Amino acid sequence: MSVESSTSRRALLVKVGLLFNGFVGLALGVPIVRYLFSPATRARDDGYASWLSLGQVSQFPAGETRLATYRNPVVNPSDGQTADIACWVRNVDDRSFQVFAINCAHLGCPVRWFPQSNLFLCPCHGGAYYQDGSRASGPPERGLFEYPYKIEGGKLFIKAGELPTPGPSAFIQLSGKKTCA
Amino acid sequence: MRLIGKVGAWFDQRTQLGAPISEAATHPVPREAASWFYVFGSAALTVLLLQIVTGILLALIYVPSAAEAWNTLQVLNHNVSLGWFVRALHGWGSNFMLAIVLIHLVQVFLFGAYKFPRELTWIVGVFLLLMTLGMAFTGQVLRFDQDAYWGLGIGASITSRIPLIGPWAVSLLLGGPIIAGSTLSRFFALHVFIIPSLMLGFVGLHLLMVLKLGINEWPMPGRIVRRATYLREYRELTHKDGVPFVPNAVWKDIVFSGFVLLSIAACAVHFGPFGPGGQPDPTIIQTAPRPDFFFLWLYAMLSFLPPAAETPILLIGPAIAIVVLLVLPFVAGEGEKSWRRRPIAVLTILLVAVMLGTLTRLGDHAPWSPVMNAWSSIPIPSEYLRGRTALERRGALVFQEKQCHNCHSLGEEGGKRGPALDQVALHLNQDQLIRQVIQGGGNMPAYGKNLNPPETTALVAFLETLHPAAMAPARDGSHSAALE
Repeated sequence: MSVESSTSRRALLVKVGLLFNGFVGLALGVPIVRYLFSPATRARDDGYASWLSLGQVSQFPAGETRLATYRNPVVNPSDGQTADIACWVRNVDDRSFQVFAINCAHLGCPVRWFPQSNLFLCPCHGGAYYQDGSRASGPPERGLFEYPYKIEGGKLFIKAGELPTPGPSAFIQLSGKKTCA
Repeated sequence: MRLIGKVGAWFDQRTQLGAPISEAATHPVPREAASWFYVFGSAALTVLLLQIVTGILLALIYVPSAAEAWNTLQVLNHNVSLGWFVRALHGWGSNFMLAIVLIHLVQVFLFGAYKFPRELTWIVGVFLLLMTLGMAFTGQVLRFDQDAYWGLGIGASITSRIPLIGPWAVSLLLGGPIIAGSTLSRFFALHVFIIPSLMLGFVGLHLLMVLKLGINEWPMPGRIVRRATYLREYRELTHKDGVPFVPNAVWKDIVFSGFVLLSIAACAVHFGPFGPGGQPDPTIIQTAPRPDFFFLWLYAMLSFLPPAAETPILLIGPAIAIVVLLVLPFVAGEGEKSWRRRPIAVLTILLVAVMLGTLTRLGDHAPWSPVMNAWSSIPIPSEYLRGRTALERRGALVFQEKQCHNCHSLGEEGGKRGPALDQVALHLNQDQLIRQVIQGGGNMPAYGKNLNPPETTALVAFLETLHPAAMAPARDGSHSAALE
């Protein structure tokens, strides 16, 4: 056997070895990538958007806007208080309600309701919204995010579970009045 | 001494590191490069080491869980002996590191050090700057308080605007549908494992190239960099007029690094640790989230961009800035190094500095944020009420009750979101005031649905009194013309 052929045989063995490791890498890589992307892909689960109770309807007097809180449907032990989410409930006339996300439609800061001036104001960049959630002034491009709601057995339920963000929402279609500046 | 020498020789025989280390230490550098202007890179490295040490010390106590993190920060501040000091060192170290890295960037840019053959050194440095900013942001998240929680919300809101993949990118950023335990865990992984390990690798590469290519010579006006001749010229410079790095240059690095460490320690002792602020409980909404100092300029910019331009500028702006930094050495890889012959370079630095400085100051004052408690805690100056009619005083009450004061100042007090109203009657006549109050416009909400006619009449009557005594208020000229 000449030196040349043995070299080429070893070079071939290196290639076979690399190919083998390529397969192993693929076998390991697929589950690792799936693990990494699970927060985005797992979102098809129903838990991301569930009907959650905000309590008795009688807590929300007609014509007023009150703060309500709920516990997020998907909770991990390490979440602590971050799984408690606030929202604004507006009882329009005892028949129709509006439930607004706490997050400003600009950059997600918590908006505050001022019954004196009938405005929601954002402390971050000064976004302002009217009592029906439509944009009044400031940097937001749209009105407040609105959760779908229903009333069953005297309780107010909203469909929630995902942080509302100004981009297109992936899983829950949150409504909200779009008004021009 | 002889024993130490023997032990050293024993190790050197096995590691064979002695020769390369001594070669690196004594490599010749241009005489003028042994300057106080050349100490910022080594100082950044020193602070990085401080951050690693203090970071490991904090990790002995800190628990990266949304349920526990805030409590363990309190434990560090109050229950662990000198825990507050280690937190303060880490926090102030972070501020100093960002400042030094920025100064290093400016110095390297003004000295033309990014030109041939040090293009890759510059590019690696740009990535190190981005990683330093990444460490600052992720570190701010690990101080898991209200600012961190809502700061993540801002990050998610910006991410969500990426076309097509926005919502999925948000889920990946947060590790789930909301800001919660898994969000903090992944920012912990970024801050403690991913970015630091990348950083150490890039710092190694950065240093290796500084050693292999030699430190940038002091730029002399008229000494032009050309790819064909530069390497020969640099070798001549270092061999004819060079000095060994150790000890001629290194003593300044050592002294400055010591000074920086002492300054960090002094700030840590004097000012103490940063926060944590309020508990990261999203149901506590009485909060005005603010980013840390080095992101205030961005915070300010976000309130000034017109709504329609915001998303494109937010998404494309940073990409353009990074690309400009990365292609700089390829566009200007040759030519004049001295800042004396590069007026545009100097102007660029001044422009960026003034811009960032102004935005930072604005971000600190946040004049666009309504003063949420002005209506109930800041009175109208008494001289604006003296000698007024009952209707006008009723209008002043409406002004407070309807929270006009939250956005409009009187006598320098109150919100700065809208214009100050001390002289509003000079600019708007009665009809214009009524229209502005009822219909809003020009970034003011409409109050038509929120004021009944008597309230509007009273408010406008009060506003009409707001002008200097010596100057007549605005009037509609057509009225008097029609009456004639």
